[in-house]
Amino acid sequence: MREEVPIHRCIFQQDKRLLFGAREGTYMATQAADLGSANEPSAQPDAVVVRFAGDSGDGMQLTGGQFTLSTALAGNDLATFPDFPAEIRAPQGTLFGVSAFQINFGSREISTAGDAPDVLVAMNPAALKVNLPSLKTGGLIIADTGEFTKRNLDKAKYDVSPLEDDSLAKYKVLAFDISALTIEAVKEYGLGNKDALRSKNMWTLGLALWMFDRPREPIHQWLKQKFKSKPDIANANIAALDAGHAYGETAEISGPLSQINVAPTKTEAGLYRTITGAESISLGLVAGAQLADLPMFFGGYPITPASAILHHLVRLKEYDVTTFQAEDEIAAICAAIGASWAGSLGITSSSGPGIALKGEAMGLAIMTELPLVIVNSQRGGPSTGLPTKTEQSDLYQAIYGRNGDAPMPVISASSPADAFECAIEAVRIAVQYMTPVMLLTDGYIANAAEPWKVPDPATFEPFPVTFLEEKNDGDTLLPYRRDEKGARPWIKPGTPELMHRIGGIEKHEETGNIDYSPENHQAMTDARKAKIDGVANSIPDQGCCLGEPGAKLALVGWGSTFGPIHRAVSQARERGLDVAHVHFRHIWPMPKNTGDLLKSFDKVLVPEMNTGQFKTVLRDQFLVDAQPLNKTDGLPFYIHELEAAIEEALS
Amino acid sequence: MNEMTKIETTLKDWETDQEVRWCPGCGDYAILKAVQRTLPQLGCDPKNTVFISGIGCSSRFPYYMETYGFHTIHGRAPAVATGAKLANPELDIWLVTGDGDGLSIGGNHMLHVLRRNVNMQIMLFNNEIYGLTKGQFSPTSREGTRSPSTPIGSVDRPANPASFALGAGARFVGRGFDVSKNLPDVLKAAHAHQGAAFIEIFQNCIVYNKDVFNDFAAPKGAGDRQLWLEHGKPMLFGDPKTGLDKGIALDREGLSLKVVEATEDNWEEAGVLVHDATSRVISNMLIEMPFGPFPMALGVIYDDPRPSYSESVAQERAKATEGKQANLAKLLGSGQTWTVEADEGHPTD
Repeated sequence: MREEVPIHRCIFQQDKRLLFGAREGTYMATQAADLGSANEPSAQPDAVVVRFAGDSGDGMQLTGGQFTLSTALAGNDLATFPDFPAEIRAPQGTLFGVSAFQINFGSREISTAGDAPDVLVAMNPAALKVNLPSLKTGGLIIADTGEFTKRNLDKAKYDVSPLEDDSLAKYKVLAFDISALTIEAVKEYGLGNKDALRSKNMWTLGLALWMFDRPREPIHQWLKQKFKSKPDIANANIAALDAGHAYGETAEISGPLSQINVAPTKTEAGLYRTITGAESISLGLVAGAQLADLPMFFGGYPITPASAILHHLVRLKEYDVTTFQAEDEIAAICAAIGASWAGSLGITSSSGPGIALKGEAMGLAIMTELPLVIVNSQRGGPSTGLPTKTEQSDLYQAIYGRNGDAPMPVISASSPADAFECAIEAVRIAVQYMTPVMLLTDGYIANAAEPWKVPDPATFEPFPVTFLEEKNDGDTLLPYRRDEKGARPWIKPGTPELMHRIGGIEKHEETGNIDYSPENHQAMTDARKAKIDGVANSIPDQGCCLGEPGAKLALVGWGSTFGPIHRAVSQARERGLDVAHVHFRHIWPMPKNTGDLLKSFDKVLVPEMNTGQFKTVLRDQFLVDAQPLNKTDGLPFYIHELEAAIEEALS
Repeated sequence: MNEMTKIETTLKDWETDQEVRWCPGCGDYAILKAVQRTLPQLGCDPKNTVFISGIGCSSRFPYYMETYGFHTIHGRAPAVATGAKLANPELDIWLVTGDGDGLSIGGNHMLHVLRRNVNMQIMLFNNEIYGLTKGQFSPTSREGTRSPSTPIGSVDRPANPASFALGAGARFVGRGFDVSKNLPDVLKAAHAHQGAAFIEIFQNCIVYNKDVFNDFAAPKGAGDRQLWLEHGKPMLFGDPKTGLDKGIALDREGLSLKVVEATEDNWEEAGVLVHDATSRVISNMLIEMPFGPFPMALGVIYDDPRPSYSESVAQERAKATEGKQANLAKLLGSGQTWTVEADEGHPTD
């Protein structure tokens, strides 16, 4: 059927020179560039960044997700960045309704979703307008002219169609009527125009699959599965996908497109899958509970971007997981505390505003010394802030944000794959030290996908919990008598002879009975602090993930800035600069060698997606002259921003 | 409560070594004794019995019960108790709260623990005042209550705890008061009920709201002011010494209750209602009867069980896990996967 696909209109534009083909035929230009060039053999760059952008109803996240899977199957390393509006379904065609999905994939190690896209797929004028500023000069725009109507141009606040003036001269443009091509491709299934146009995203995906030489078969399978009960819809989508793919081949013959081969990455042998942070945290928590030999109780309340963890865990009940969607954030954590008291591993999860509501209950878990894991998928704040954008601005809240002296371990995940190990580590600390632990991730990690080498559970070290079964001081029970780690015993209600009371009121340092006396409160405050400080004894020393101690400059990070920092430092080192990358998983307490390590560098620069919170903590804890590098625009760091900062610091 | 083996205990077995620290004369002492007297009669097992409380005078209760106890944070006891019950359905949970803890700061949780029907006994000590914070008006204080925060009298309309509970979907609503000899019977009925059993216990705050319930709770004339309800028994009241002489009947025209003259001999002709604890409509009318023209409805007002939350959750779990086996290695390697071979670093699917 691909022979029948009409090419309604193609514009291919470069350096302000346009070559027009025949009316209703092909508009094309020749040019020499690394992408999409007409008269060159297929290019083979080591990494490519593609951004799919459209209306939030256009299915761009789905397109991106499926493209990610096929890219992973092709053996490329990759990183993605879904960027969608907070509105569920914003008015069609508007600038604020634009949803985008960016993927960076390559034959080398990929550590970020990429700075500037090489290819921008714009399904309507608004998508073009919003995403154009980030497109690489010389990059390729694929636009659906069928959506560049007067009405849509008005909504995107374009006076003149950018496809028809000089405004896109810096880029290559491939513009044609994807809408019409899609309708044509699916017409045999007798769908109305509205339904037929729903397959536009699959048409576009088909074209992208062709461009990067990806197999269609897995997507066919997926569509058949997804629309099992609606074979017509499945077939229409498959037809659209195939038509998009066929269009690529046809168009190549006529000039404007070329295939780009990105060779597979050299990676460690083994079984791989793609994983998002939300999936990996869920799996890590399940693994952690199994290693601790405990049933899991998860209390949650819907909030973006944390809800995905609840959605994953609810499907894993056979792993002795109980999930509870509570009436509010406070009930979610309190129920988890109740479950921990009763002998389960209590877990709760939220994002900044919800974490704020949980603050008092965290204090209760600290005071009653019960294990608990609190996952904070950070988003832009304060207040409601930017629910769908990423930020690292809850660090102070995590470390300090409770009434009283309320020390609590904090660890942070640096990537979707890393979140798995971090979740296990959070569980380990919680049960071994009888304490709540906060696990920080962010919106970027929660939603982004990356390839993950599937670990073998047999290699995990179990840390089974032992509950106290009999009195621990002759004939007396001392519920707050501590072990060598400073942890009190975990005693399940239902255990004979060990009845006792706990609560949020200050209690005697051994019996746990209410005790307000000055010396007791001093002793208990000291004991709580010493216990959490002692967690540092169970964690490895901090090392450099790039470079050596003593370097002229260290970029010190935590959380999801790992990717950009790693890439920027790596590139700087390739240029011969003496710079190291230090990335912290353990935020509180920090590894015991942290002070010595930081003091070994001439300069310390702390890139953070906040106004300098970790920098302040480092200064406070170690009296080092840590310098901030901050941004809070809701987007991850660009590699070039960090490279510029490195250059400046070393100049 | 749960099906359980009855354990022989005495009142002493339920007392802790902790000094009870309520104000002398506080109604809480009487409630504590009533509970400690009731548990041995029920054959409860101290190791499986738990008392969970929030914050306030009433919430000190767990420290005085030789059971597992959790004194949580203000208003949140229902949430903690829900988590504990789901984690271990064998636990026999008693929740202790007050009018401020349970209906003001914790009103949301009270709503949800009742509608979910989490199996536990909820004792709400209603003293119509904030005692622990020294006497501010509470959500159940009557209009015009003078307090440190309302020196010329409160303007808030009070909430009716039993009415709130019924409206929230509670399947058991009982009422009693601190020194009432019938309180243990209400506690026993609550314990027998499968699901969330809500008991409003009027409690005299001797310091900040002294004798506020004397209008119906004072021993003198109590028979005329208290209507003790019993399922299947006519709603008769009056001075037992001189003989019950009044009853509650239905005004079918106005669809409301009315007080009629009736005795144990002629109540049927007088149209006196027989208490049906499963009738939500009549229960609601009894709860809402204005005191004064009517007596105070006490005892087991409503008792109509339906499956409790832990049962429903267990059923849902069975359905969700049917035919599924936990296999961590398989789970980690699920989804769309690919294998990278050892030497070439080239993937195959």
